[in-house]
Order: sequence, then structure tokens, then C-alpha cells
Amino acid sequence: MNRRHFNQLLGMGTAGLVLPSLPSLGRSVAPEALLEPGLDVALKKRLADAALNAAKSKGATYADVRIGRYLNQFVITREDKVQNIVNTESYGVGVRVIANGCWGFAAAADAKNEADMARAAEQAVAIAKANARLLKEPVQLAPQPGYGEVSWKAPIQKNAFEVPVKEKVDLLLGVNAAAMKNGANYVNSVLFMVNEQKYIATTDGTYADQDIHRIWPIFNVTCIDAKSGKFETRNALSAPVGMGYEYLQTNPADKVTGITTRYNKGYDMLEDVTAAAQQARQKLTAKSVEAGKYDLVLDPSHLWLTIHESVGHPLELDRVLGYEANFAGTSFATLDKWQSKNFQYGSKMVNFVADKQQVGSLGAVGYDDEGVKTKKWDLVRDGVLVNYQAIRDQAAIIGEKESHGCCYADSWGTVQFQRMPNVSLEAGKTPLSVQDMIKDVKKGIYIIGDGSFSIDQQRYNFQFGGQLYYEIKDGQIAGMLKDVAYQSNTQEFWNSCAAICDQRDYRLGGSFFDGKGQPSQSSAVSHGSATTRFNGVNVINTARKI
Amino acid sequence: MAILSKEEAKRIADKVLSFAKADETSVTISGGRTGNIRYARNSVSTSGESNNLSLAVTSVFGKRSGTATINELDDDSLARTVRRAEEIARLAPENPEYVPMLGPQKYLNTKPYAETTAKIDPAYRAQAAFDSLDPCRKKNLTAAGYLEDSTGFFALANSKGLWAYNQQTSAEFSITVRTADGLGSGYATRDVTDVSKLSTREATEIAMQKAMASVSARALEPGKYTVIMEPAALVSNTDASLMAALVRSMDARSADEGRSFLSKKGGGTRLGEKLFDERVTIYSDPMNSEVPTSAFSGDGRPLERVTWIEKGVVKNMSYSRYWAEKKGVAAIPPGGNFIMEGGTQSLADMIKSTEKGILVTRLWYIRPVDPQTLLYTGLTRDGTFYIENGQIKFPVKNFRFNESPVIMLNNLEAIGRPVRIGGNLVPPLKIRDFTFSSLSDAV
Repeated sequence: MNRRHFNQLLGMGTAGLVLPSLPSLGRSVAPEALLEPGLDVALKKRLADAALNAAKSKGATYADVRIGRYLNQFVITREDKVQNIVNTESYGVGVRVIANGCWGFAAAADAKNEADMARAAEQAVAIAKANARLLKEPVQLAPQPGYGEVSWKAPIQKNAFEVPVKEKVDLLLGVNAAAMKNGANYVNSVLFMVNEQKYIATTDGTYADQDIHRIWPIFNVTCIDAKSGKFETRNALSAPVGMGYEYLQTNPADKVTGITTRYNKGYDMLEDVTAAAQQARQKLTAKSVEAGKYDLVLDPSHLWLTIHESVGHPLELDRVLGYEANFAGTSFATLDKWQSKNFQYGSKMVNFVADKQQVGSLGAVGYDDEGVKTKKWDLVRDGVLVNYQAIRDQAAIIGEKESHGCCYADSWGTVQFQRMPNVSLEAGKTPLSVQDMIKDVKKGIYIIGDGSFSIDQQRYNFQFGGQLYYEIKDGQIAGMLKDVAYQSNTQEFWNSCAAICDQRDYRLGGSFFDGKGQPSQSSAVSHGSATTRFNGVNVINTARKI
Repeated sequence: MAILSKEEAKRIADKVLSFAKADETSVTISGGRTGNIRYARNSVSTSGESNNLSLAVTSVFGKRSGTATINELDDDSLARTVRRAEEIARLAPENPEYVPMLGPQKYLNTKPYAETTAKIDPAYRAQAAFDSLDPCRKKNLTAAGYLEDSTGFFALANSKGLWAYNQQTSAEFSITVRTADGLGSGYATRDVTDVSKLSTREATEIAMQKAMASVSARALEPGKYTVIMEPAALVSNTDASLMAALVRSMDARSADEGRSFLSKKGGGTRLGEKLFDERVTIYSDPMNSEVPTSAFSGDGRPLERVTWIEKGVVKNMSYSRYWAEKKGVAAIPPGGNFIMEGGTQSLADMIKSTEKGILVTRLWYIRPVDPQTLLYTGLTRDGTFYIENGQIKFPVKNFRFNESPVIMLNNLEAIGRPVRIGGNLVPPLKIRDFTFSSLSDAV
């Protein structure tokens, strides 16, 4: 499922969608089924061994097996109506092998016995051997120790599937009522919950059983001025997170107060929608921005997406090497720039870290989808490009002795490949509050929330919008703006980074649906930052007449 | 093989309905096979094939509905699935927008299926990839491409006697060719119902020419330019696109609610207003032999020829059944394809008649900026060239654009001959004053 399909599902797209079933997500089930246990771990090991042994006996030099059970629940509403409640389950296995130096992959839905497993493994070996005829160089895997039988569980407090659907419906209808009461003409709201139960076994001797949870509460509020025929929207300032239902338990300590309230590890949906309805109404009469150069103060609820597009993607090694040339594109961050050891990606205060262990993030797992223990590593240190994101068959290319542990497949039925880990901007090291940051800005715009986004296929030129824009004049917030988008070039932009707030303001944003590959797969990833200032960025006015 | 014949599907659907005890029950059965081969850096990176077969039962009591799915088709499994759907329905909240199921319908006899495509096997895909890789390797160019084919069926039946069945095939191919120094890049894409009409070599040769011709691009100042948009710049198989954005925004409910570019100042919609150049006519037609589609929509409504825009005037909008009933109008479903009427000029003719302009092969990363005006942003990619006095003079660096298809279709200079793209028929367009807002260093 990609972002477009998701938007259609939410009814936020243009046409209502009739979806009796969601084949891309799995079979439609009753909500109780989401709490039923998956296969016993001993049975998973036996099934996995059947596939690994079959692969080896057919000539594979390496094999891994993923046994996956993927559970999803959506609760979808608009105004005073429940539009849809969808519960899905998808179960199957994917077997990946190297034979004659070439990768081969095969998957089987509902595989439940050793014979099903062996058949999938044999098919994967046959595909590898067939494709080996077109191979230029054999696959080279970074060495990897086996960990034996291990497990990892996301540290959640409350499994969202244990919360009755009625409670979720009541929450969303309450949110919608608050929006309407505060001036909204329309409101859509959705709760989206995911549980991935994944088992990976490899011929290196790793058998890892993992339990991963994600949740995303969102809404979209529309206000209309019938007289002028204009409308404005405001989306939720929530983040999709690697947490349980506790994300919706509001806690004053998780609120960041200011011109509007933003949220950290707990989200107050009712409070946010109330503000959203008032702000969407306010936007209708806000001042249209005057195009020109501004200093930008970017909130983490906005900056995560700029980090995702201009740092996360260009440093994916498969893109750098050309594997994504026909779809997502390549990268400006070429190997020679990295080898020079002095490519100034950003100003000296800019440090980007990749992290597959960050608690509460979407990308956190114990082991990646080829059985590598996850870790944290530097991508940009003191502004200089120092590393990429690499998996086992790429590590040797950049002289690494081991994989970074960022291999992922979005289903048992899709083949795993290099995916973006959480990539975050480190908070500033000297104490700095948002208020103090704004005090120093003479002519600027403060942007909160993510909006329109677009970047070229080598990740140089980008354009971003947001949800809320406030004009800064001589160190003070002067009022709301609209029709704002900024354009820049990745290297120029990060080198214009002039100040970063400290750790107290550090928050995660993220995407449930980062698309990559053909056929396209989506992955969920978080990006952390504190509020950050960029000097002299080009802002355009997006208002048009039709 | 996961393709059920019409007779097999009907037999299973009837069996499901015989188990049903709800007020209304519908059953959908879908399945098929999809295969692909992907290559990059002149070597195959992945390939695969998968089959799927799925049956979904939707049971309705009053305005409460529930759906359960299964992929085993024995009688016991079917009966169990019907019971589960009924249990889910009983517990579901009422949907005030529920509209009773349709009775029997009459459908056109469309032909979106080709046996040649259904017969594709791994050897065919490997040969298709070789035909694309081989000429690139010989010219020291780097190929990255993707071929995906699918053969499937969809059947829909309900307790009110509706029965619909469709078989469909398609194949999509795209190729990006880059020069070894990374300074040139070219692209071509094709999609077909009948794979005998696809030549991966022919498409690759165009991408190769564009790659070689785009080396050492010069920078032009951003601003308003006359552009010739190739069809792949107007519609994309893989991304949002300007023309698809326009056609998909023809939903009546959004317009009535006041949150569409088709909403009228003071309330109501712009149905009947002339919003585009009078040469713009866009319609859907499931019978078109170049872009055939299923004869029915997912909810069983017949798909027929519908004109959305005629001579620049908004003629029709699409409706959900609920909204049509509320408004007392015909429930026209969104089309399965769209066809923009064109002229007889080839792309070469359009270039010849251009004094100064820019030829755009492809637009990329196209995202909405303002839904009020359908303003979109994105970038040119994989072959952008400067035209002067009827000739392509030199390659130019890529641009970011900020433009609305509504404005674009008012600034029409010329319309070429339509070609199939993304399952639609779209002509190349020459447009004046297209807004490029900044330069990109990307190749």
C-alpha cells in the first residue's frame, strides 16, 4: 500500500473508494483475530529449517527465510459517521537464496508445513540459477555471525489491538465533534495501527523472533468561506510512532507550548483538533506571503520531512550506486565526495545519525530483515559526509566490514533490500530555546507541520510547504501567513543551518509510507530534530488564480 | 493458475450466496498472476512471479456491513467466511451513507484481455530484459529498467442478482539509460494490454538517444517558457501527474462541499462552465481498442462512455451512489481510463513549428501544493531540450515547475496525436507560459 492508496482509503482523496477487501494488506478479519497468537516459535524454527535445508540441498550457498504475520487495523471516520473499520491479517513466508552467485526469491502465502517451505526454497534457487545467466558479478556478502535463537519486542505499554474498537470510535467521533464545534466545515479522522510479527532465520545460524508495533492517529480539518469560494485545511501535528496505545494517553510533560501546542511522546488529539479548526479558519484571512529571502525557523513536526528527503534518501547506498536509477533516482552524494573526507554536507553544527535502535521510533527493531543486529552510526559529522546506509551485499563497496543492519521488506511476499533507518539531526550542544532562537531573527518565517514536498531524482533541488506559517519580524511573531513554500538546494540549505535548539526540544516525526523499489514497497521511518534555524532561504508565493 | 473462468467464478459465487442469511450479501472473487523483472547497472537485480486468489464476502444487516476474506474455496471455508462476515456486520456501527446493493446490470462487451500477455513466462521476461540491456552494454551506456506483467480476473455477484465478470491483462515497461560519466540520462515508458505490441528494444533505443543527447546540459534562466510536453510528462505510470490529477479531481461531492477546484464562489459547482481552452475534450471509454478497460466499476456500476470536458466546458462529474441519490442525479462512476482528444501532428511536427521552446520528456516527484487551484510542483527529468527555429538545439538543465493543469490547459498552443500512457490516451501538448520556478543540478 502506498501513500496514494492510503489517502484513498481515508476518503481524503477525491473519489470515495469501495474496498470490500484490501488484498495488499491481507485478508479481512474480525478484530479479535488481531489478538490471537501467531505460530509457536518452535514451529517457526522447524519450518524455517525445512526451507534452509531445502535451499542448501539444491545448491544455495546462502539462504534466509522470513515467516511473517502482519496485522493492521484502521478506524476511519468523517464528521459524525464511522466510514469504515478494517482489520486485516496477512501470513506467509519469503525465502531468499544465493545460488550460482545470484539472488533468487520466492514467497508462499499461508505456508504451514515443511513441504510448503521446501517448495518455496526450491523455487527461489531455480529463479537464482535462471537469473545467473544475466549476472555481471557474483553477490558478495559481508561476514555475519549467527546469533542462535534470539528475540526482540518493541517496548510498548499497551497493545493497541487490546483497546476495544468502540473506544477508538468514541475517541475519533469526539475529535470530529470538537472540530465542528470550533468552526470546521469538514473533518476526517483515522486511527491506524500495525503489528508486525516477524521471524527471520539464516544459514549463518540466526533465528530471530520479533514483535513490532506502530500507531498513527491523524485528522484533516477543512474550513470554507462560501462567499469567496476559498477553503483552507489543517492536518494533525501528531507523528506516526513505534509505540502502543499509550501514545494517545495525554501527559502535560509531552506537550510543547508556544504559538501552538506540539507533542512529544504523548498526543492530545482532542486539543490538537480544537486548535486545528480555529487555525484553518484563521488561515482563510491570513496574509499571503511576499516572495523573497527569509530566515526559516523549522519545527521538528516540519523538519523531519526535509531531513527524510534531503538526507535520508541521498545517503541510501543503493541509490548512490544506481540501483534505483529507473524509479526513485540516483544521488548527488557520490562516492568520490565521501572519499574526499571533506565534502561539507552542512554547516559545522550539522550532525546526522542513523539509528535502528531509537526507542519509540518507527524504524526500531532488534534485527533487520537479513538477521543483522541493529545499531547506530554517523552519516554526517561536523557537517562532513562520513558514511552511507549499507546492507550485507553492499558493505564491501564502502570498505565496511559489516552491514549497517538496515535491510527491510514490507511483507513476507516481497524481497528485502536496503531501506532507510531512522535518520536524525542531533540537537544543539549549547542551551537554546525556541523563544531565544526567534528573538534573533529579523525577517523570518516559523513553520510548523509537514505539507507539500517534492525533490529531484538526485536530491539537489527541493520545495516544501507546511501546515502553519508565522511571520517573524524583529524577533517577534507578527502573525499568520499563507501560500508559503520554500525552495533550496540540499547542500546550500544545510550549510545555511545557523542554530539548533537543545535536546529539550528534540522530537520525532516520521512517515508510515516511504516508497522505494519496483514493485514499490513502503517502509516506516522516523526522523528526529530540535527546532532549527536556516538563514536566507528562498520563499515563493503559491497563490494562483484559475 | 489463479484465473477462474466465468463459469467457475459464477458457480462459487452462487455457492457463497446460498449460504447467506443477511439482508444483503455480495461476493467478490479476484485473482491472477503478476510477474516482473528489474535490472540496474546493466545487470538483473530482481525478478519474480506471484499468484493470488481471494474471495471476499460482504454481509449487510440494515445499514451495518461486515467483510471477511478467504483464499480457500472449498464449501466449508466458504460457509465459514459467510458466517464470519455476518458476525462482523452485526457488531459494526451503522453507516448512515449505506446505499442498498445494485440489482442485475447490463454491461458492454469490452476486451481488456490478450492471450499473448497471459502467456508471458520467465524466459520471455529474461529476453525482454536482454533486448534492452544488450544495446546499452554495446554503447557503454548504463541501463536500469523494469517490466511488470499481470493477468487477472475480477468477479462480483450479490443477493439481488447482480453478476459481473472481467478478465484483464497488462504489461508496463520503463527504462532509464544513463551515460557512463553520469552526465546524460534518458527515459522511455510503454504500457500495453497485448504484449505483442511491446518492444523493449524500441523503447530502450529512444531512451539511449535521449541519454546521449542530454550530456553537457546548459543552464537557462527559470521563468515562463513555451513547452512541448511529451505524453510521459503529462501522465505517469508510477507517480502523480498533471493530467491524472485533473481527471481524478472531477468528483462531485468535493465540489458540492466547497473544497475542490470545481467549487463555485458562493456555493454549488462549476458544472457547465468553460474552464479550459475550447480544444480540450476529455472522456472515458471502456470500449476504446487502444485502452480497453473493464465494463464495470468496483461496486458493479456499468462503465460507459462519459465525457468529462467537452470543448473546454465541464460536462460531467463523478458521483458515489450515496451522493448521487442525495442530489437526485445519475450516479456516474469515475472512468476506468481517460482519453484526451488530439490532433494529427506528430511530436516532430510540433517541434518543427516551434520558434523557441523546451521539450520535456518526463516530469517527476509531482505533488499538490494548493488543492484550491490544483497547483502542483515537480521537476523535469531524463531529457530536457531547448528548441529554436523548429530544431532541438541543445540539452538544458532540469527545472522545477509550479503549475496548475487548469492554467496549463488554458495556455494551449497545439495538440498532437494521442498515444497510450498509463492506460490512457494522451497527446503531446504545446503550452505557452509554463512556469519554471528554479533550476536543478540533477541529471
